[in-house]
This record gives sequence, structure tokens and C-alpha cells, in this order.
Amino acid sequence: MNNALILPIIIPLITGAILVAFRKNIQFHRWASAIALIATGLVSMFLMNQITLHGIQTLQLGGWEAPFGISLVADMFSSLLILTSSIVAFACVVYAFRSIGKDREKNYFYPLFLFLITGVNGSFLTGDLFNLFVCFEVMLISSYVLLSLGGTKIQLSESIKYILINVLSSSLFLVGIAYLYAITGTLNMAHLSVRIADSGQDGLTTTVSLLFIVVFGLKAALFLFYWLPGSYSAPPTAISAIFAALLTKVGIYALFRMFTLIFYHEPQITHLLLGIMGAGTMLLGAFGAVAFSDIKKILTYNVIVSVGLIIAGLASASFMGMTGSINYLIHDIVIKALLFLIGGTIISLTGTSRLDEVSGLIRTHPYLGWMFFVAVLSVSGIPPLSGFIGKVLITRGTFEASYFWLGGIGLITSLLVLYSVMKIFMNVFWGETNLSVEMEKGTTNGVMFPIVLLTALTVALGLGVEGIQPYVNLAAESLMNPRFYIEAVLGSNAAF
Amino acid sequence: METLMAVTVGFLFTIGTYLVLTKSLIRIILGTSIIGHGVNLLILTMGGLKTGGPPLLGADGLSFTDALPQALILTAIVINFAVTALFLVLGYRAYKTLRSDDMEQLRGIEDE
Repeated sequence: MNNALILPIIIPLITGAILVAFRKNIQFHRWASAIALIATGLVSMFLMNQITLHGIQTLQLGGWEAPFGISLVADMFSSLLILTSSIVAFACVVYAFRSIGKDREKNYFYPLFLFLITGVNGSFLTGDLFNLFVCFEVMLISSYVLLSLGGTKIQLSESIKYILINVLSSSLFLVGIAYLYAITGTLNMAHLSVRIADSGQDGLTTTVSLLFIVVFGLKAALFLFYWLPGSYSAPPTAISAIFAALLTKVGIYALFRMFTLIFYHEPQITHLLLGIMGAGTMLLGAFGAVAFSDIKKILTYNVIVSVGLIIAGLASASFMGMTGSINYLIHDIVIKALLFLIGGTIISLTGTSRLDEVSGLIRTHPYLGWMFFVAVLSVSGIPPLSGFIGKVLITRGTFEASYFWLGGIGLITSLLVLYSVMKIFMNVFWGETNLSVEMEKGTTNGVMFPIVLLTALTVALGLGVEGIQPYVNLAAESLMNPRFYIEAVLGSNAAF
Repeated sequence: METLMAVTVGFLFTIGTYLVLTKSLIRIILGTSIIGHGVNLLILTMGGLKTGGPPLLGADGLSFTDALPQALILTAIVINFAVTALFLVLGYRAYKTLRSDDMEQLRGIEDE
């Protein structure tokens, strides 16, 4: 039992609820939300320390023992993700201070942002399948409102499609939960794992697991990603950055949890399907990224490519692949937020997102340009930046599992990714300067701090990779051995 | 009884799918709501239909009905209600701003 487990959920929730009451005081909103996110990050560091010392931490809510009550479980995988997402959320909130505009701030932008983080952290921590559904909904409902907040035409038409696809996938999620409950008679994830291991994963259970691939594939933009490019390019920069960094990652987290803890008995069906879907995602995403000449479109397609690569590590079902996926997941949360923040800054400076209308920005904004260059190298996995180690390990993992085609597609698409983002860099920053400082539509004042923070983080993650490897290895170990998770939740000699 | 429920759930899903595939926004929203009801009935059926008394201490009878699916449905209904309400409001706002509820015309910007 560790009561600190509830803190990453209730700190943003209570702060958000209090902020709703103080609508007029925007300064208070800003600082309270930044402090709440820092506090969440500190709690997750404390949890990581506890997990290193004492193993996986659990909390049985209300004192009802698992599997009867709702369990919260923090293993190293979820704590690492909470820490990374707190840092990125902090950067996005600081970016929003100067860029989001008074109207949105007055209409509860910060409380909604905190509720979104509540849902994200809840999904990372919960040990109960139905509770996972509820946390998903908390996150999604906040994202519906954030996406449509401001009510411009493009936002409204995109948010309708986004809500529709997510409502349908949530319905399918419930259908999956209902079938799983009928088969096993439990919804606690650890208990599900035990029951399915006992009775064997028969055809019926595997079919239900395919339903979960569809559900989380929709949420994580794994192959079923057609809703993503439109809806992620509609809202303002700070919001689309946090969407790109976190929302698909929660779906990926759920896929990892389901297919390492519960449905790991038939990898030749489920994991192979995940691998095929991952390969398709990488290829189609990379084609999209290469085809468009619009900054927002290129960046949203890059979000899709990385989903495919991370799932390739899961499909390999090897320790090496898992380590790579966790490394890459952490890197990707940081780098996608960074790319979206810089891209959004370029758009607010020039007033256009089309590549052929902008050039020579390096003269007026050298720091922005070079930081974008670092981000470009990092996203395509050039050493010594943070994307490299993840890509290497995922590729080795897929080779180990004899999925050579999967590793090969991963390598080819990273070249396409490099081309697509380098195209932005060359078009926007090189060439004749066609926009003097006076003609600029926006300013970089006050928005540089979060960009510098995230750039420093991606360099530090690359150079200090030795420092975080013990944590990543611990996370991969607990993913590869479901026994650790089960013993932490149900006790070592529980009568199942 | 289970067979009847299975047919009912399938019927609700059919209607919901048909409505979601139409062009009009209001029909789509109603379709998602009907699918939501189908899901709730499915959860109820999957928990096993009436097999015993109420699950209360001191109640008579040797077998008890499983109360968990009903708790799940309660939560699912609340979430479905909230999402449908939000969806309706957004649909109305979109109709007023974009002057159309035809999904063919809400495809997004074509000239990119």
C-alpha cells in the first residue's frame, strides 16, 4: 500500500476544480496549473525511487482488497511515462501563457488542461480494465472541449469527426469489456492475467483481444489513423502539441499493458497482427509526411510514423524490443511536443503554414532555427540525440524475433522522416529572407523558454542515456514478466 | 431470455450503425446514443441474466445475482449521457457557425 499513488490523479483534478471557481483571476490560473504539474512530476520521481527500492507499488482504493476493489498500480513503465508527460505538459502550459489568448484563458483553458492530465495519469496508473475506460473518457471529454475551444470553423468541423470516431471506439471498448467479463468473470488486470493463464487463451479470448487491438488502434492511431491529421492540426499550438505528445501515447500504453500482461499467450496471432499494423502505419504515415508541403500536415503525419515504430517493439515481444520501445516512447513524447511548439511558433511568426511562402528565417531567428535543426536530427534518430538508442534497440528486437521486414520498414521510414522534416528546415530557414522583423505577425517573446527546455531535454536524454537505462531496464523487465505485476497486486500466495 | 437479449442488442447496433452512416449530423448523434444503449444491454446480458436473489447480506436464497455489471452500466450510462449532451451542443454550434448539418459539406478544407 502506498498512498502517494493517488497523488498524480488528484493533484491536477483538485487544482482544476478549484480553478473553475476563480474564473476572473488568470494569473492565478497560470501559476496554479504550472505548480500542479511540477508537483505531479515530483510525485512521480518519488514513486520511481520507491519502485527501485521496494518493487511495484500498489494502492487498493477504499481498502477493498484486489480483485474486489479498484487497484492503482505503479510499475516503472507507468511512472516513467507520468514523469515525462508532466514535464511536457508543464512546457505546453508555459507556452500557452503567451500564445493561447485571453478568450481561451477566460473560458477555462487551464482547468480543462489539468483535467486532461488527470485522465492521462489515471490511465497510466489504473490496474482495472473498467477504470481504464473511465480514465480514457475523462481524458477524451477534456480533449473534445479543448479541441473545439474557441469555436473557429475548422475547429468545429474537425471536432465533430474526432468526437464521433472516439465515441464509437469507446462503445467498442465497452463491448470488449463485456465479453471479457463474460469469459473470465473479473476486470482486475492482474486477475484477468491469472485467469487467462490458467484456462489458456482459447480462440474466443483471442478474438476478444483482436477487438481490443481495434479499440486501442483507433485511440493510438495505429493503422486506423485517418482521423488524426485533420483534428491535430485544427487547434492552437499549445493544445495540438499536448495532443500530439500525449493522447496517442495513452493508447500505446494501453496496448502494451494488454498485450504484455493479459493476452501474451498467442503472439503468433496477436503480436504478428500488431507488427503488420505497425508496418502499415509507418509506411502510410511516412508517405503522408513526404507528400505534403504544409508544416502542420507534415508534423501530424510524423506523429503517426512514430506510433508504428513503437508498436514494432511490442510486436517483437523480446526484452530488447521492449527496452527500445520504452526509450523511444519517452523520447517521442518530448520530441513531438518540441516539434509542434517550434512549428506553431513558425506559423505564428509568418502567418502561414505553407512551406513555399516562407524562407530565410534563420537570419531573423537563429536560435529557433538551430533548435529546430536539433529536433530534426533527434526525431530521425541521429546519434547522440535521444531518438537513436530507441531506434537501434527496436530494430535489434525485431531482428531477434526474425521480423526482418518490420525492422527494415522501420529503418526505411526513418529516412523518409528525416527527409520530410529536413524539408521544413531547408524551406523555412534557408534561402532569401522574405520577411523582415517588422512584418512579422507574431513574436517569440515569452515562448522560447519551453522550447529551450524541451531541446535541452532531448539532448540530455541522448547524452545521458546511460543514466536512465537502469530505470528503462526495470520497466522492460516488469513488462516481460507478468508475474511481478500479479504478485504486487494480488499478493504472492493469493488463492486465485 | 439470453437469445432475446442478443437479438435486441444486435437490432440496436444495426439501427445505430445505419444512423451513423447517414449524412445528417443529428441522426449521427442519435446513432451513437443508440449504440451506447445496445452496449449497456450487452454488458447486462454478459453478466448473466437473473439467476438468484439480490446480493444483500441477510437476503434469502442460496444464489445471488451478479451486481457488478449493473454498477458498470450505471457508470457507462452517465458517461454516455455526458458525451451525448456535449456532442449535441457542439453539433448545434457547428450548425450555426458552418450553416450546414450535412457531413458531405463538412469534409474540411479541400484546397491544401
